Amino acid sequence: MLENIDFTLVNWSRGQFALTAMFHWIFVPLTLGLSYIMAYMETMYVKTGDPEWKRITKFWMKLFGINFAIGVATGIILEFEFGTNWSNYSWFVGDIFGAPLAIEGIMAFFLESTFIAVMFFGWDKVSKRFHLTATWLTAIGASLSAIWILVANAWMQNPVGTFFNPETARNEMINFWDVFLSETAVNKFVHTITSGFVLASIFVIGVSSWFLIKKRELLLAKRSIVIASVFGLISSFVLIGTGDSSAKEIVKTQPMKLAAMEALYEGQTNAPLVAFGILSGKENHKNVDADSQADFLFKIEIPSMLSWLAYGDTDNFVAGIKDLIMGNEEQGILSYEEKIKRGYEAQQALLALKKVQKNNPESPEAEALKAKFRDPDFIENNVKYFGYGNFYDPDPEVLKKNAFKMVPPISMTFYAFHIMVILGGLFLLLFAVFLYLVMKDQLHNKKWLLWAGVWTIPLAYIASQAGWIVAEVGRQPWVIQDLMPTMKAVTHIDVGSVMTTFILFSVTFIGLFIAEIRIMIKQIKVGPQKKEDINNV
Amino acid sequence: MERIKKIVDFYVTGFRELPGWGRALWAIILIKLFIMFVVLRLFFFPDQLQTNYKTDEERANHVIENITKP
Repeated sequence: MLENIDFTLVNWSRGQFALTAMFHWIFVPLTLGLSYIMAYMETMYVKTGDPEWKRITKFWMKLFGINFAIGVATGIILEFEFGTNWSNYSWFVGDIFGAPLAIEGIMAFFLESTFIAVMFFGWDKVSKRFHLTATWLTAIGASLSAIWILVANAWMQNPVGTFFNPETARNEMINFWDVFLSETAVNKFVHTITSGFVLASIFVIGVSSWFLIKKRELLLAKRSIVIASVFGLISSFVLIGTGDSSAKEIVKTQPMKLAAMEALYEGQTNAPLVAFGILSGKENHKNVDADSQADFLFKIEIPSMLSWLAYGDTDNFVAGIKDLIMGNEEQGILSYEEKIKRGYEAQQALLALKKVQKNNPESPEAEALKAKFRDPDFIENNVKYFGYGNFYDPDPEVLKKNAFKMVPPISMTFYAFHIMVILGGLFLLLFAVFLYLVMKDQLHNKKWLLWAGVWTIPLAYIASQAGWIVAEVGRQPWVIQDLMPTMKAVTHIDVGSVMTTFILFSVTFIGLFIAEIRIMIKQIKVGPQKKEDINNV
Repeated sequence: MERIKKIVDFYVTGFRELPGWGRALWAIILIKLFIMFVVLRLFFFPDQLQTNYKTDEERANHVIENITKP
């Protein structure tokens, strides 16, 4: 019965959300990372009293301000979209999403707007220490406000700490700490903000490299490169650590995502990791069936590495795409067909409850059905697979086919993951080389390397967006893992209106993006304030 | 009162002394907020459940109907 779904509407709604989220994500990582870099620079100024540190801080603060101003409030559009385009989803998630977003809004407003004002307006009006405190609080406030949206996102990837209320059709929080401190939430928060730190470090190195190429602002450039390289190196190690712990968590909570990241069709023990690979065009990775196989034109594998990454043990079995769909009794993996039937049973119980409640809300039958949704066995065996029920069909052959449709876009997930990892490795190398050469005072002679530093800036944005694609595309067809498929989250509105807003957003976003690039480049070319102006302040 | 006056002066002076690029950014922020909250929010992004259903019960029933259809 999937043919009843208007996939044009679903896809346009997804496209609209992806466009908005990806545009918003252009600005966030730089804000997150650059705030700490400039806070450290200002600390150096307060500690040493050297006015050059003040010039350096003010220069990066100016670029921070441009990025912040263009990006601010672009995330609010996502909230509009929840109510209009994703109303079923918004209702279903209830306060799980509403509460964190409300806290984020309040925190962002009070912390960031207050302290950002002190940061920009307060140089000659408040004491040095108060100003420094405001700068640090801006940085900490930015990270704190990111926590809430990431906790909400983590809950969608791994819905824990909540209870599905069949009377309101909403998920209710039963344990805040289970939601807030779930393995997924912790990994997601640390991995995401450190990715922002890495991006900002590359931005600082890239801009500073340009100054060295132009033989301008040599002291500013060298000092900035030292700080950004160290910050980038530390952040990269944390990024690798949380990437590793994410893999260990994803294999438990979203095994299909992990299988898609590696285009692993057949599960295996001692599973190798594809370090680099090109998928064959012959294999249509969109239409997976029982005969599908990973078909690579070329690949370099690291033996047993995937088993080790996923379980910390090279002998462990890593489930492939087909194991997850068809089930694997030996490994205790339930087939999708079975999950679909169990989810369908939960949905039928919900429908039955609504039907009996229509006549008599307090009838014993209604009470018995309500109790079912509180029964731990029913929750564990049926409610947990609620969303699978949407793929049910009375015809067993159609049901089997539907199970094979529950696979994320494999090529996109595979390439996004590998681009992110390969670029992450390249960035680590870049930080190490830049730090070594700048400490040896040999960097300014290496023009090719300096240009490489400049051109790594767009690569950092590509890696950052690729990470988002892995997280969000890799979890399809789910908007809430196992509970709600994306096709059911969408509001049934006219597809034309979604297309109109998509085009409107595209035009607005392109305009804002051009403004950002133009103002940013102009201010980089202008450079920091003159030394005599700084000394007068 | 004195403290409030100081805070207000702080912001007023800050905005008055904005450099050219700062003024351009504020113009962009205000245009952006206008497009978002006046044009987009009012004309393109009504809250569907709030607009089309009167009570939470009606909203819940509508969502249940949607999410239980295979």
